Amino acid sequence: MKKYVCEPCGYVYDPEEGDPENGIDAGTPFEKLPDDWVCPVCGVGKDEFSLEE
Amino acid sequence: MNRTLRENIDWVGHVDWTVRDFHGYDTARGATYNAYLVRDDQTALIDAVKAPYADELLGSIAALTDLSGVKFVVCNHAEPDHAGGLPRVMAALPNAALVCDKKCATALSQHHDTTGWKMRIVATGDTISLGRRTLQFLETPMVHWPESMFTYVPEEKLLFSMDAFGQHYATSQRFDDEVPLGTVMEEAKIYYANIVMPFGKQVAALLKKTAGLDIGMIAPAHGVIWRKHIPVILEAYQNWADCRPKPKVLVIYDTMWDSTGRMARAILAGASQPGVEAQLIHIRHSSLTRIATEVLDAAAVAFGSSTLNQGLMPMAGAVLTYLKGLRPVGKVGFAFGSHGWSGGGPEAVNEYLRAMKWEVPREPLKAQYRPTPNVLDECRAVGGMLAEKAREMAADRKVGGRQCNEP
Repeated sequence: MKKYVCEPCGYVYDPEEGDPENGIDAGTPFEKLPDDWVCPVCGVGKDEFSLEE
Repeated sequence: MNRTLRENIDWVGHVDWTVRDFHGYDTARGATYNAYLVRDDQTALIDAVKAPYADELLGSIAALTDLSGVKFVVCNHAEPDHAGGLPRVMAALPNAALVCDKKCATALSQHHDTTGWKMRIVATGDTISLGRRTLQFLETPMVHWPESMFTYVPEEKLLFSMDAFGQHYATSQRFDDEVPLGTVMEEAKIYYANIVMPFGKQVAALLKKTAGLDIGMIAPAHGVIWRKHIPVILEAYQNWADCRPKPKVLVIYDTMWDSTGRMARAILAGASQPGVEAQLIHIRHSSLTRIATEVLDAAAVAFGSSTLNQGLMPMAGAVLTYLKGLRPVGKVGFAFGSHGWSGGGPEAVNEYLRAMKWEVPREPLKAQYRPTPNVLDECRAVGGMLAEKAREMAADRKVGGRQCNEP
């Protein structure tokens, strides 16, 4: 599964870890995150994430 | 005033003696906007000042060197209290290139017309040689904006740390050993709580990175420069980033006819135990800035609001909104308050405590119109329970609710 980077703040969404603090189970691919999920560090939406190179 | 950090490295900032409201932050001791001039074969200005003080900055530079000799203007942070003066500065320095990271260049272009500026984009690890000294850059995303950066001068063991380790503290003195340490640490704590707290995870990661640097002096963008008490401020940042609580219980409340006030005082009485610091804070006799600062190292928070129009007292709502944004983690929370015919106040408090992912060991405690002796007994018992939890958390270095920032 692919990791995605938050453009503004550099946070990396790792699907293997998920975002359990915000109700996202480990193993959830980035594409399956709900539309209203936001970066847990700086608060921007999914559209400001890009694939980690 | 001694402005000299090292030979040919001088402070050229502005002391703002009168500011008392810094975008809502209660700057009771004023502030400084620190800029530094590194004179070498090529001279560099590290950061600027708020727009109204740009001419003063240019005057301070001109007193030390010819403006045409300034080759680099490093912008470590695009926020207007430092970068606001850049348009005037860049216009007055004919040979200077603006040095910043990619995100900072974008942010600057969104604040100012930067089309005429010569830009030099740097990233972590990049260096610029000035002659005898080198500028080395370290990006520090979200400490406390996305574009934030440190600049390090290895030959001088000198770290220009931007807002990190800063304090809002106007003084004619420039160094930490020239002022009372208690005052500096108090202001550093207020600063961390109100500006840096949401980014504890990033701070913890950054402290690991900077541990590899040989640091003999830390020059932040606000307040005094650290040269004697560097281990003290680094340890404080580590403790704050680790959310290490003190055995401390806060009772924060707002009240209409003192019913919630009576409950608050009963909770305080219960929490006033040996080895525990218990504090009573009436919201309308305090400030957002002070409250956030006390919450930073508290283990437990009892938060009360009377019910007004089926909801929170408005200032209680302001405090909770502010706290939620600052994301204090690892606390134990408890909601209480009075109501008349409808509920609403204490329940709304409780929702905030849960939203902050604190440990909330019991349902809100409510009193209709006036707290009965039984309710006040229960308040005292809850206070005792919070004190016990606070003591355990401080002793075991445990936290309540959501776990703390692990880098």
